[in-house]
Amino acid sequence: MKETQTLETKSTSLETIERICGSEAIVKCLIAEGVDILYGYPGGAIMPVYDELYKYQGKIHHVLTRHEQGAAHAAQGFARISGRVGVAMATSGPGATNLVTGIADAQIDSTPLVCITGQVPSHLLGSDAFQETDIVGISTPVTKWNHQVTKASEIPEVIAKAFYIARSGRPGPVLIDITKDAQFGELDFKYEKCTGVRSYIPVPKINLDSVKAAADLINSAKKPMVVWGQGIILSEAEKELKAVIEKAGIPAAWTIMGASALPTSHPLNIGMVGMHGNYAPNKLTNECDVLIAIGMRFDDRVTGDLNTYAKQAKVIHFEIDPAEVNKNVHADVAVLGDAKASLTQLLPLLNETSHDAWLQEFKDLYAIEFENVIKNDINPTKEGLTMGEVLKEINKQSEGNAAIVSDVGQHQMIACRYSEFNKTKSNITSGGLGTMGFALPAAMGAKMAAPEREVVAIIGDGGFQMNIQELGTIFQQKIPVKIVVLNNEFLGMVRQWQQLFFDKRYASTEMTNPDFVTIAKGYYIEAKRVTKREELADAVKEMMASKESYFLEVCVEKEDNVFPMIPSGASVSDIRLS
Amino acid sequence: MNEDIKTFTISIYTENNIGLLNRISAIFQRRHINIESLTTSQSEIEGVNRFVIVVNITESQAKKIVGQFEKQIEVIRTYYHTDEETIYQESGMFKIKSDLLFEEPQIQNIIKESNARIVTVNKEFFVLEKSGRRNEIESLRRDLNAFGIMQFVRSGRISVTKEPMKVTEMLLGIQ
Repeated sequence: MKETQTLETKSTSLETIERICGSEAIVKCLIAEGVDILYGYPGGAIMPVYDELYKYQGKIHHVLTRHEQGAAHAAQGFARISGRVGVAMATSGPGATNLVTGIADAQIDSTPLVCITGQVPSHLLGSDAFQETDIVGISTPVTKWNHQVTKASEIPEVIAKAFYIARSGRPGPVLIDITKDAQFGELDFKYEKCTGVRSYIPVPKINLDSVKAAADLINSAKKPMVVWGQGIILSEAEKELKAVIEKAGIPAAWTIMGASALPTSHPLNIGMVGMHGNYAPNKLTNECDVLIAIGMRFDDRVTGDLNTYAKQAKVIHFEIDPAEVNKNVHADVAVLGDAKASLTQLLPLLNETSHDAWLQEFKDLYAIEFENVIKNDINPTKEGLTMGEVLKEINKQSEGNAAIVSDVGQHQMIACRYSEFNKTKSNITSGGLGTMGFALPAAMGAKMAAPEREVVAIIGDGGFQMNIQELGTIFQQKIPVKIVVLNNEFLGMVRQWQQLFFDKRYASTEMTNPDFVTIAKGYYIEAKRVTKREELADAVKEMMASKESYFLEVCVEKEDNVFPMIPSGASVSDIRLS
Repeated sequence: MNEDIKTFTISIYTENNIGLLNRISAIFQRRHINIESLTTSQSEIEGVNRFVIVVNITESQAKKIVGQFEKQIEVIRTYYHTDEETIYQESGMFKIKSDLLFEEPQIQNIIKESNARIVTVNKEFFVLEKSGRRNEIESLRRDLNAFGIMQFVRSGRISVTKEPMKVTEMLLGIQ
């Protein structure tokens, strides 16, 4: 029985307070936060919420994934392409623990997620009850915030706080664990959005003196270089980044998480830094005089050996998270704050200039990389297909407008190196955690968040089999996502390391694979296999033209390697071309 | 670039929340930093807790972990200080057989000289409490050990800083 009371408040508006149960409150909170799609998997301890989702199905669409890990990654894909908070739901125990990989991935890649887990009734907490697990304890190191709710009355405030924390400042995952008795319990429901938490400063105030100091350094630089990261995308500072580098004529490189924030074709876009990044920006990191890092965190895959990283350069670090400043690389000038706001302050202080000779150095090194690596990757003359030529074909036919969702491994590096991006938020990949199995569910989340975009998942044969069950979700939900599996019958990146550093001892990296096309067809997904170069263009064309989901397997050369490469622990300037 | 390892006292002002200790200890654990002592109590501000944690680390490590603490949603403010910048002490308790008080007259002198306080006395045992620096408590323990100690326990460090920590002002500024 529900009763509705209407109370008049001091303001002229009428506020409605309803007496409802906790589970209904959860669904109403999600709707109030603008959630129209969520991903999850039901089970005992979350059943009251699913019962409400059934009643509210016209307003909020629950996507039943085939595994909770799929739900977490789908919510990530949803968030990454849209900038909105992704929502995943699971039951207690194994349901909750299965979310953990996705949560950890979202934490290290700063993705806003709210995960809601059911929990055993509060009187059973700590009793080793059926499907009881301490998910708050387990998820503590991999969440931005987490909390257990044991009373229905706490639900609106805690969920409001969860969304606020997930999306504000440096975004991240939040987990809310709700006991079954809190779901059944009643409360006077009223939803107010959270606008602040007193112990939490999401965005530090910009210090104008440090912006001025940054501008002075940039204005006096002879060889400045920008390295931007995902911070540009998260703060939607793409225009500001472009304006800054164009005005001051600064060559700009990106981390894997920053890809697509500036069109690939932009003349100042000098490519990717890091272990398998481009030759020029890695080499010249150790030649520049001012290194301007924006919204990036100097991950070890970016810096290589820290003792030989950009030691000659003055470093300017634009960063929203104070804990990242001076964590790995000393910043001569740190500008704390949101990237968009900081770059807006910086722009008018910059002198209009160009650094043509310096930019030419990047072009010269690119020519070397093209001759030694790129040419053979994208225009191969050998018989076997390469991953690079598949990406080139996808670029051509999508005209650089597709969102590329890559998994983890060799194909990921190839996808990030060779994808052409015209639009931001187009490179969705597991950067920090390196989670195999990410791409298939993330691609379906991305496609659902942005149905108007072409979403192409690029996956290896290893990663594909880590969440292959999500083909079932794609089929049931009719998600028109394009799935490309680059099959080399190896765990290619590990095999590459075994070849280079373990004398070709291929321990457990060779895969005897099933017939993927038959599997896709078993899920009623249109599917094709390509084994020859002359079949590739038509197959990609057919895939792109399809209005429904489409699976394309491309059998590529088994033992190709990804270059350039900075061996683990080596200096960025010791990047190898072969 | 090898920095000296020093003793730092880390003061963390937090909201009073279940689970926060877990978050804080995980930050030390991930970095293999051994916690020498940890004390948590109400702070000078109503509803705000204060952790006092003693660790032996380098100053650059101290700066970095302070950043990690401040990043936690329910952490209000974190500071690190050297011993010279704080007033600090610990407390030790000793349970000793009462017979010894009469059989070993020296014990009475030890108690007097050490400024230890007798908390309770009964027929079987008496309890001594000594507050002060670690070495003072340790020296008392050594002295009493010669006669036999039934139980000994020492608290973690508590400390206040010489410089002000402007947490109240900060909280007022936010609200």
